[in-house]
Amino acid sequence: MSLIVTHFNYVAVVVMMMIGLFIVFSSGNLIKRMIGLAVFQTSTGLFYISLGKVSGGTAPIMVDAQSADGRALAAALNPQYVAQYGVDGVVYSNPLPHVLILTAIVVGVATLAVGLAIAVRIREAYGTIESEEIDALVRVDAARAEPVA
Amino acid sequence: MTLFESLYVAPPTLAAQAPILAIAGPLIGACATALSPGGRSGWVISVITASFALWMSLSVACDVAREGVVVYVIGGFQPPLGIALRIDALGSAMALLVSSMGLIGAVYSGHALVAEVRAETHTLFQSGYLLCVGGFLGLVLTGDAFNAFVFLEVSSVGTYALVAAGEQRDRRALPAAFNYLIMGTIGATFYVIGIGFLYGATGTLNMADMAVRLATLGDNTAVQAGFAFVVVGLGIKAAIFPLHGWLPGAYAGAPSLVSVFLAATATKTAIYLIARITFDVFPDSSAFGQTFVHFVLAPLAAVAVIVCSIQAIFETEVRRMLAFSSVAQVGMIMLGLSLANAAGASAAVFYIFAHALMKATLFMALGALAISVKARTLAEFAGMAREAPWSATAFGVGAASLAGLPLTMGFLAKWNLVEAALQAGAIWMVVVIAAGSALTLVYAWRMVEALFFRTPIPGAPRAREAPVGVLAPLWVLAGLSLWFGVNASLPESLANSAALALFGGGR
Repeated sequence: MSLIVTHFNYVAVVVMMMIGLFIVFSSGNLIKRMIGLAVFQTSTGLFYISLGKVSGGTAPIMVDAQSADGRALAAALNPQYVAQYGVDGVVYSNPLPHVLILTAIVVGVATLAVGLAIAVRIREAYGTIESEEIDALVRVDAARAEPVA
Repeated sequence: MTLFESLYVAPPTLAAQAPILAIAGPLIGACATALSPGGRSGWVISVITASFALWMSLSVACDVAREGVVVYVIGGFQPPLGIALRIDALGSAMALLVSSMGLIGAVYSGHALVAEVRAETHTLFQSGYLLCVGGFLGLVLTGDAFNAFVFLEVSSVGTYALVAAGEQRDRRALPAAFNYLIMGTIGATFYVIGIGFLYGATGTLNMADMAVRLATLGDNTAVQAGFAFVVVGLGIKAAIFPLHGWLPGAYAGAPSLVSVFLAATATKTAIYLIARITFDVFPDSSAFGQTFVHFVLAPLAAVAVIVCSIQAIFETEVRRMLAFSSVAQVGMIMLGLSLANAAGASAAVFYIFAHALMKATLFMALGALAISVKARTLAEFAGMAREAPWSATAFGVGAASLAGLPLTMGFLAKWNLVEAALQAGAIWMVVVIAAGSALTLVYAWRMVEALFFRTPIPGAPRAREAPVGVLAPLWVLAGLSLWFGVNASLPESLANSAALALFGGGR
């Protein structure tokens, strides 16, 4: 139980992931399936951000502890820490997962755009965006390809 | 490797940057084709770019043959923090495969697109094609696990669009592309989640660095969960047996050029990454990895070989037949890898080359036959060998190689696989390979029989022989299948050094 409480962010990730996957597989509407996919991808974003979080950490901005400007910036960013430990004691979150997930978001947007574009073309070719109706039409096409003689 | 060195003379300044240029070339070409005015300009840029990528890959292969491992540090940021391209014999062999198939596909696209894709989208199509080539090259050259994800998706985004472009010929390409997109994105996201776990456990994304840290870490749950996510995610992309649902529709619906290129490279690069993660990144001593290879990978591969071969036999549409056959052949390759030794890996890499050549030949021959007549089923292809003997004979060569007849590359591929299985004492695997080959012979014969010996349907439109621009790349592929069936020293030396890179402890 305490594991769940201390790792509540991961619980949120798992719940979100499952919601996304459930929408992808249960929904018949192509647009809803794309939305499910987007939710699923977003959950990985949350997962990575959780990984990079250092408790009590501040924004990962490098400050020059030698200059007055740098010290002022550090104090503005995290007043409590600087008051307690000085500029050198500032703890900051791991910036790398943020960068990674920024890339993954861009990739996700590209995929989403292509998926929605294909959905538009499907609507033009089949006149519907419901999976069941498309599947029925696909079966008709396949039957037409069966040997005639 | 003297052959390579006689083939290329790259200026040293260019050769030093070859790994990144092999990736950047096609990506820049993709932008250039998208902006090009149309007409045949897209095709010209595509061929030039693909030739350049092949040249650079050859240069990389030479460096790798000389030095063993080439590490290219991008932007001067030193690894493990910076992203590095790390190329060993396996990576350079895959890069050669991707770029040479990319060039053959690009040459072929000149005629194939006119027949199958709407004229106003030709330049954009070429753009997507080059995006795929660049993405696959990046995937096999990179030494960074997250970078591999980005290249995986760069190539996939191109692939989805290319498959959807088949709508002009067959509107079923659209739902197939959508399905592929959903499955592929879930696969890629699983991979990202897995890499997240591994990053959390090791604190690094550089594959070589990760391998070192995992070896000292031992088995723990986070690492195992990460490994499971990575392999399932890549398994979708590689069409490993229960995860192959997207493949038949996508290969059958796509324009023939896309089927040619994807069948030869797409699943192969995903298999490459699985092999890289399973055998290179994960420590050999890991009991978890061993269990996975022996009790998950191998049985699934065996089931794929048998079940999908049977499915191929009962298909009526020729392209779907070949697509199911691809899933079965992926099973064959995975059988070789699941032996988890150098002999098995060497057989698997050789099989990858052989399958790439034969499947590309088959799909391209179908494309060549379908230029004049829009045929899809076996019945519609009946007797076409009379009107189009050159295309049909190339198809016959591909089918012979697929079935593993002697004097073809497919025969040597199966032979190597059986030999590796016998060496490892896996008798059951020999039985599976033999059964799979017998089933392959059945559907290969069905296709050849229809093409050569059946009389055409009365009143069916008469086929014409394909133009030289199609026959030339087609016969290059078919000829290579035959040549390597007699003299396989080049692919064998590539496969052997690739296997040594994976298992020789040359980490």
